[in-house]
Amino acid sequence: MLTLLRRDLALLLPGGRRGGSLLPLLFFLAVATIYPFAVGPAPDLLARTGGGVVWVAALLASILPLERLVRDDLAAGMFDQFSLRGISEEVAMISRMIAHWLSFAPLLLVATVPAAALLGLDGTTIEHLLLGLLAGTPGLAAIGTAVAALTASLRAGAALSGLMVIPLAVPILIFGAGALSRPDGSGIALAGAISLLLVALAPFVAGAAIRASREG
Amino acid sequence: MQARLAAHDLACRRGDRLLFRGLSFVCEAGGALHVIGANGIGKSSLLRMLAGLLRPFAGAIERDGAVGLLDERLALDEDVPLAVASRFWSALDEAEPDLERWGLDRLKDVPVRYLSTGQRKRAVFSRLSAAASPIWLLDEPLNGLDADAQGVVEGMIAEHRSRGGVCILASHQPVDMQNAQILSLRDYGA
Repeated sequence: MLTLLRRDLALLLPGGRRGGSLLPLLFFLAVATIYPFAVGPAPDLLARTGGGVVWVAALLASILPLERLVRDDLAAGMFDQFSLRGISEEVAMISRMIAHWLSFAPLLLVATVPAAALLGLDGTTIEHLLLGLLAGTPGLAAIGTAVAALTASLRAGAALSGLMVIPLAVPILIFGAGALSRPDGSGIALAGAISLLLVALAPFVAGAAIRASREG
Repeated sequence: MQARLAAHDLACRRGDRLLFRGLSFVCEAGGALHVIGANGIGKSSLLRMLAGLLRPFAGAIERDGAVGLLDERLALDEDVPLAVASRFWSALDEAEPDLERWGLDRLKDVPVRYLSTGQRKRAVFSRLSAAASPIWLLDEPLNGLDADAQGVVEGMIAEHRSRGGVCILASHQPVDMQNAQILSLRDYGA
């Protein structure tokens, strides 16, 4: 499992020889930068809606790496060889999900601080935003992993996976972004609960998808 | 090692087509089976079925021992040097491949994507021979290999069988294997 995770991380973390890119992060910052240009610089409007924009940007940034999350390894027969060695598809997918989360979420949390500054958010909002993202991003990673595995053997998989993630992410978005307007943190707790449920389910969905793709 | 592989009344369906049916064989320790047949007749499907990756449409498979599969999907990381790609598998298998025997020691620092078909195939063979799986399923193992490497592969198969391993090989090329059973998939066509 550790060997798997190490390889998955090398595959997905930004930098490194075969690593993923910083594009999701730059994309996230770009959305936060461009938003005030689109709606105008009125500080009260930005402060009211800025948190929601950060959430949408985070969701979109989590979709960008999905294309290479599963597809290349499936085509290379990696999962076949794992299966012959007694490593189930579910275990491989748990490792992939953890690596996917580690490759985008911590950087996103760091980037949220300058993004929030660009949008003129105040201290408590930033705090709620960071906690909410911390609770919600594991769920986004789980949805992303399951969808990437489901679409890995399809020709138009990349575009389709983006379309499939968005509706599935709606509950996290509602509670995570909703927590910004409720000071008691119940929204963050609910976003975290949904995340946990998704994290528990996604490896089974993704594992079954990989097995099903062999029959195709 | 004690290995055994047997198939009873196996049938394979891909899509709407029944590729073969009524296929049975027994391969005891030290045995070898050469599967022959035209392209698209189901050689690869049979091997994947024997590996447990594909569900048989009918029939049963008895497997006694771990399986090593070699097919056209090499499962090597393209973007890293050969040494790194093969270290990942040796960590999983807890076995060090003998790169020298396969003439790969000079290529350790070369990224896998720059290697030729034959060189990649050698790398996969070095992984297979290091992992101690008693049942070998080889799908067109000689494709892309030069005469020298083919000789090494044939020697490796003989060595594996002398240790009590089982070797099932699908190839349209002649392969030098002592007392191998020949299985022609055409005889089982639907």
